[in-house]
Formats: sequence, structure tokens, C-alpha cells
Amino acid sequence: MDFSPFWISLKVAFCATIVTFILGLPAARLVVSMKRGRSFIDGVFSLPMVLPPTVVGFFLLLIFGNNSVLGRFLSSIGANVIFTWQGAVISAVVVSFPMLYRTARGAFEQVDPNLISAGRTLGMGEVEIFLKIILPASWPGVMAGTILAFARALGEFGATIMLAGNIPGRTQTMSIAIYSAVQGGNRELAYRWVIVIMAISFVTIFAMNYLTDHQKSKRRTN
Amino acid sequence: MALYVDIEKKLGDFIMRVKFEAADEIFAILGASGCGKSMTLKCIAGIERPDRGRIVLDRKVLFDSEKHIDVPVKKRKVGYLFQDFALFPNMTVLQNICCGIRGKREERRKAAKEFIKRFYLEGVEDHYPWQLSGGQKQRVAMARMLAAEPDILMFDEPFSALDNYLKWQLEQEIMEVLSRFGKTALFVSHDRNEVYRLTDRIAVMEEGSLVDIKDKKSLFADPGSLAATLLTGCKNITLIERQDDGRFYAVDWGIFLKSDRSLEKIKYVGFRAHYFEPVAETGAENVVECEVMKVIEDTFSMIVLFRQKQNPREGDWSALRYELPKEKWKQLKDRKLFLKLPEDKLILMEK
Repeated sequence: MDFSPFWISLKVAFCATIVTFILGLPAARLVVSMKRGRSFIDGVFSLPMVLPPTVVGFFLLLIFGNNSVLGRFLSSIGANVIFTWQGAVISAVVVSFPMLYRTARGAFEQVDPNLISAGRTLGMGEVEIFLKIILPASWPGVMAGTILAFARALGEFGATIMLAGNIPGRTQTMSIAIYSAVQGGNRELAYRWVIVIMAISFVTIFAMNYLTDHQKSKRRTN
Repeated sequence: MALYVDIEKKLGDFIMRVKFEAADEIFAILGASGCGKSMTLKCIAGIERPDRGRIVLDRKVLFDSEKHIDVPVKKRKVGYLFQDFALFPNMTVLQNICCGIRGKREERRKAAKEFIKRFYLEGVEDHYPWQLSGGQKQRVAMARMLAAEPDILMFDEPFSALDNYLKWQLEQEIMEVLSRFGKTALFVSHDRNEVYRLTDRIAVMEEGSLVDIKDKKSLFADPGSLAATLLTGCKNITLIERQDDGRFYAVDWGIFLKSDRSLEKIKYVGFRAHYFEPVAETGAENVVECEVMKVIEDTFSMIVLFRQKQNPREGDWSALRYELPKEKWKQLKDRKLFLKLPEDKLILMEK
């Protein structure tokens, strides 16, 4: 059995989760502190969650394709993303972003506003407040969001196949491998990948539950 | 003048208009809950933004809507003691205090250690807030606030969620801090006793406006307004009708009374529960023939609820309240009760 889809999936999902984490947390903090235009920005950030992944993939093709300014610039410096694993990462980032963003936003909203005000009266800067007060206080929520984003990135299919294609050994992830196996009549291979994905999903849900329970009991002791 | 505040803020249907000046003194805002007193502090601290107005602290303009000045909270140098202390739960006592101190890591720790010593927190510096007692939490919050070297201190109902014993202890500690601070301190509360013990001057706030600013002695002697009288804890209040013979009729109490002062413009009259004088019989001026309704035993005193005999009025305000030591009540209880309201003890209110 060729294990390359497993490793490609992990590589893509890990990279995507890191990027989503770095983008999603400041985005969530920004939206929580916004007074005007909040629901609009929130809608834009959440959009990939409700759009069909193929539509996301279509937009990504428009943005990164050879007919666009960005696409032409990227291929001129030799960094084409179409039909590469980096392309799969971009697709996974876009679809997993709302998972982290929304969970983190919810967690940030729960942080006692007096703590933030107290930090400001003590002369702390906004970045310091974010890193030292908000993030630790909402850590279980942020972790849960990260796991959710990872799971979403790991299972991503529609946008990935549009942007990165289905190249065995290069861009074929586990979800795409299942599709290919079923298409090719190889039921047994499909079953194997299904079992692998289900195992990973269960672990993810257990991790999520553990974190949310932990958060609840922590609140009780406070 | 250390602090000048003249601000306006609209909150739904409610409009808050506050104007006052405070020197290097302890200044209190006394008001019922929801009257906008905490909002006033938050505006001064910069946590909330007024719609209009001006805030100046030690000649430094913190806020001016006309000149578009709005100094960010972190540059205002205000010390704010939150009701729940707002200690950072993920940090130890030492780390909490360090948050207010700028400079190199070692210097910050050294300065924080000083405060730990001053506030008797040695031994708990590595504890987290949830491991501390209520008293320790407040001391950490005060140490953290003072470590940031503020130009003004603000206390937002610091005792409202505490039990009586702890309250007394913490009040003593705040008093100590205030006496050493030497700059302006603002104190917000709905508890008249607390405010009386801690502060010099008191502003009474009602529905978003300051109705009265007075030094504490004259506020309690002559509150001037209904809101202030209620907040200073006066229980006996009546609407009055002036009579031609210089007396007035206390509408709620159902009696005629005389005052030594002019009643021009006076709308309400109040009388403190401690100031009644038992007399032998009726007939003299300002004496109530009492119909005792209820006698309640309090910890160290008796509370007698009574009304004027044959008072046509019913309802809460028609009942008068007389508080006296238990011993004194023993002598009085078997006799018919006549109580005198001395003229000079009447509280006259214009609004």
C-alpha cells in the first residue's frame, strides 16, 4: 500500500493549521474589538464555511491561475501553486480558517472585559494584553478551534482537487485517494483510507471534548 | 485644581451629565445603583468614551471633544480598582504586580517585591489569584495599581460584594493607602457609611446628574434634595403643604409641624430616626401622638414603626421610624408614646 496520501495529508494539514493559527487569532481579536462594520467583516471571514468547497476552489483558481496578475507574478518567480502541495495548503487554509476564527472569536468574547481594561490602566500595550491576558484566558477555546481547523484541513477535498489536482505522490491526499480508489473500483483501498480517517476523526473529537470539559472545570474552580 | 470633569454621554434613553472639580482630596460619588457613577469613573479612565466634554487631570488634557483629544487609557496614568479586582487569573501575585511596572525584568521584579512587602503579601507571591483570600486579592489589586505610579486613584464600589467583617478590614486598608497617596482619589459607592468614613467631599448622583456636591458634614446635616436625603439614609420623609400661620402640614405623616427656618420653596421634609425625643404628653408643638405599629429588635437597637393617630394617609410613607437604644425602649414601652420632632433637626428639601 502506498502511504504517500497519509504523509501528504499530514504535511498539508499541519502547514495549513499553522498558517490558519497565525492569521485566525489576530483576525478574531480584531473583530471582537471592532465597533462598526463588525458583522460585515465577520461575514467575510466566515464565508468559506458556508460556500461549497468547489466554489472556494474555483475562486482560488481565478486568483492563482495563469490569467491573473498574482498567478503570472508567482510563475515569473517560479512559485506556481497550481497542481502543487502548496496549492493544497492554500485550499486547506481557506476552508479551515473560519473554524479557528469563529471558535477563537467566541472564546475572546468570553474574556472578562474588566481584565482588558485593567491591563490598559496599568499601561500595558495591546499586543502585550493579547499575549499575556486574552490568549491565556481563552486558551482552551483557542486549542479547540485549532483542532477543529486541523480536522477540517485534513479532510479537505473540493477546493484541494480544484487547485492542487489529484497527482499521486504529490498532491493526492487521503480524501482524494478515497475518491480515486472508488472511481477505480478498488474498494479495499478505499476501506483502508476510510478507517484511517475515521480513527483520526475520533481522536480529534476526544481531544476537543477533553479541552472543553477542562475549560468548564477550570471555570468552576475560579 | 487636580481634576476637572465636564462630560456628557448618552446611553440609550439615559443621558449622563457630570460636572465637577476635585482637588488633591478624597472625593466620593454617592448614588443608587444604575445612576451612572461607575460610568463616570470609566470615562475618566478612558475605558468608556464620553460623547462630549472635557477631562483635565493635573493640567494634562485627557479628553476634549472639541479639540479631538482622547488620550488612550494606557497613557492616562490612572489607577482603577475594579469591583471584582480584575486580577489576571493566569498570573501569580508577583506577575500581576509586575504588569504595572515598566523597565527591565530585574528592576520590575525588585520594585514588585517592595510592594509585596508593603502590602503584607510575603509568602503568597507565587500563588495564583484563586488561591488567595478576599483580603489578599484586594491587597494585590491595590499593590498592582500603585506600582503603576498613577496620578489619580479610582475605586469602583470596592466592597459591594463582600461580607461585613471583611469589608471593615479592607476599608481600613484602603484608608491607609488613601492617606499616603496625597493626590486625587475618587470613590464610588451607594453606601453612605462607607463614604462618610472614607472621604472628605461627597457628590450625590441621581439619574445621570450630580445633584449636590458638599463636604460630608454639611451633606448629612442638610442634604438639600430628596435624592441626597434618601442616600444619606434618612427613613422619614414627607411631602409638605405650607399653611398661612407659618406652620406646615406634613401630608404623609398627617401632622402639623413648625420649622425655625424659612419654608419658601421647600417641597419635602425629612427627619432622622435617631433624633426623636420622647415627651410626656401631646399639646406642645411638633409632637406626634404615636400609634405603634411594629417593634423590631435590631442587633444593638430597637426600631419602632409608628404613625400619627388618626392619620388619614395609608402606605409606606405614612409610617415613621424611631430608632433607640434597647435600654431606653425598656423604660418607654409600657407608656403611651409621644414623640417630639425638634425644629432644628428637620431636614428641609427643595427638590
